[in-house]
Amino acid sequence: MTTAVLFDNVSRHFGAVRAVDRVNLQIAEGEFFAMLGPSGSGKTTCLRLMAGFEQPTGGHIEIFGETAEGVPPYRRSVNTVFQDYALFPHLSILDNVAYGLMVKGAGREERRKSAEDALAMVKLPGYGTRRPGQLSGGQRQRVALARALVNKPKVLLLDEPLGALDLKLREQMQEELKSLQKSLGITFVFVTHDQGEALSMADRIAVFNEGRIQQLGSPEEVYNQPKTRFVADFVGSSNVLSARLCQKLGLRAAFASLRPEAIAIAAPHNGALSLSGTVVAQSFLGATNRIVVDVDGARIAVASPAAHGIPSIGSPVTISFAARDLHPMEDA
Amino acid sequence: MRSEKANSAPLGLKVAAAAGLAFMHLPILLIFLYAFTTEEKSYQFPPPGLTGQWFAVAWNRPDVWAALTLSVKVASIATAAALVLGTLCAAAVSQTRFFGRETISLLVILPIALPGIITGIALRSAFSMADIPFSFWTIVLGHATFCIVVVYNNAVARFRRISGSLIEASMDLGADGFQTFRYIILPNIGTALLAGGMLAFALSFDEVIVTTFTAGQQSTLPIWMLEELIRPRQRPVTNVVAMIVVVVTFLPILGAYYLTRDGDQIAGAGK
Repeated sequence: MTTAVLFDNVSRHFGAVRAVDRVNLQIAEGEFFAMLGPSGSGKTTCLRLMAGFEQPTGGHIEIFGETAEGVPPYRRSVNTVFQDYALFPHLSILDNVAYGLMVKGAGREERRKSAEDALAMVKLPGYGTRRPGQLSGGQRQRVALARALVNKPKVLLLDEPLGALDLKLREQMQEELKSLQKSLGITFVFVTHDQGEALSMADRIAVFNEGRIQQLGSPEEVYNQPKTRFVADFVGSSNVLSARLCQKLGLRAAFASLRPEAIAIAAPHNGALSLSGTVVAQSFLGATNRIVVDVDGARIAVASPAAHGIPSIGSPVTISFAARDLHPMEDA
Repeated sequence: MRSEKANSAPLGLKVAAAAGLAFMHLPILLIFLYAFTTEEKSYQFPPPGLTGQWFAVAWNRPDVWAALTLSVKVASIATAAALVLGTLCAAAVSQTRFFGRETISLLVILPIALPGIITGIALRSAFSMADIPFSFWTIVLGHATFCIVVVYNNAVARFRRISGSLIEASMDLGADGFQTFRYIILPNIGTALLAGGMLAFALSFDEVIVTTFTAGQQSTLPIWMLEELIRPRQRPVTNVVAMIVVVVTFLPILGAYYLTRDGDQIAGAGK
């Protein structure tokens, strides 16, 4: 398999701030890759390093085997969909989409045809004569996508592509992006702070914090087996069990993660582990109830199917879970 | 309901507004009127008679033409220099962050805030100290100091509205620096530059104080007019020249006004 993007010990410092700190990653050709993290975690700087808007302070970057350091953005076979779309306000939609072909010297007719094809691909046929100001947010997003894809990039970078859209549109665009990526076979790299988006769209996820990759793996791995406390907290809402509780359960680890939905409020059977405590809070979430149980001063959240009913606050309960759902973590 | 009420101002305010406008513009009509008077030594009202002869007299006076060409040349070159330097400065201040950015911004604007007489004296002593002879070019330099401010102010306001990602998007799509300037930046700041350039030209064209200090033997048009007013002969020639200047400058300024007004809408439509 060809490597699309390679980061070898890449750093980007802004003065004393280490925005990106010794990051290693390898993105395969045709992969849908997500960089997930809170704001300021270095994920956007990594994207800008790939696009060429930033140059690394240290380390080495390759895009399809070619050294990327010192190569300006306009000489990279990489295109970006910007967070604010960055459509050119003075140009028509058609001229916006054809811009990349125009600066490369393509003929007028070829430009028009390719741009119209690209607009049809993002389901905006016939919008060419309009201006960016006349389009809705979702439509501008599609234009930005067409404008990038018309150049047939080897890697498409998307910076929080769905951040500005409302929930319904966002879900629709998630599916469309995913199927577009499958049909084009282009490597997509996208940055997001929304863990749901990363989990549902990406083939692999890199979870960033403080300029470093905390964990790199498939959505299932990152969700079910968080390697660090940060990943457990940020991706979803895992319970983090302290060393003392781990010891009580017979596990030697600094911390362990436990998914709320892996816990049942029931007596253990078939060798499952169990803890007993008191219900301190509960809320109805539709399909599930969220029940918080106090175990020796530690609060453990349980997602219990709504059909099982809600135990009243203050009542003693036993919670049980399989040993394989308890994942030891590093302290970070 | 409220907006209708708010739209209708009291009569007194309307009269005051009309009087204010009349006070500003009636004297200009008087200039026009005296261009046609038959009395050449003093401006008496009403004029004893009307004639068109001063147009022919003005046309045939070489000093009118010398002053006019000098002013046009000075204003053109000062404006051209200001357009280049003012745009570059505005781009640097608005698109990048660097140490001393605010200070530079202030220093660029300062010449227009300072009284012209200070700029004039300062330049005059600087030219003398550097042994630069007073000439056409010293006038241009003097004018460029405040022309840059006008262009800079117009350009910087527009640059601030161009989101930085537009330039990055252009580079990302394969345009180098020159193409990005040509296809993205220039169309977005073009009207602001036109307006700034026209204002700079107009400022330079009627500048008296700085010119007095930086000119050698030459007279620009406004200085020629001042000299003419002191002379008691052929006074209406000054009025003829003033009238032509007003007519010729009015049209482009009106054009600039409409251009920038539309420009605001286009530039604001990005988001």
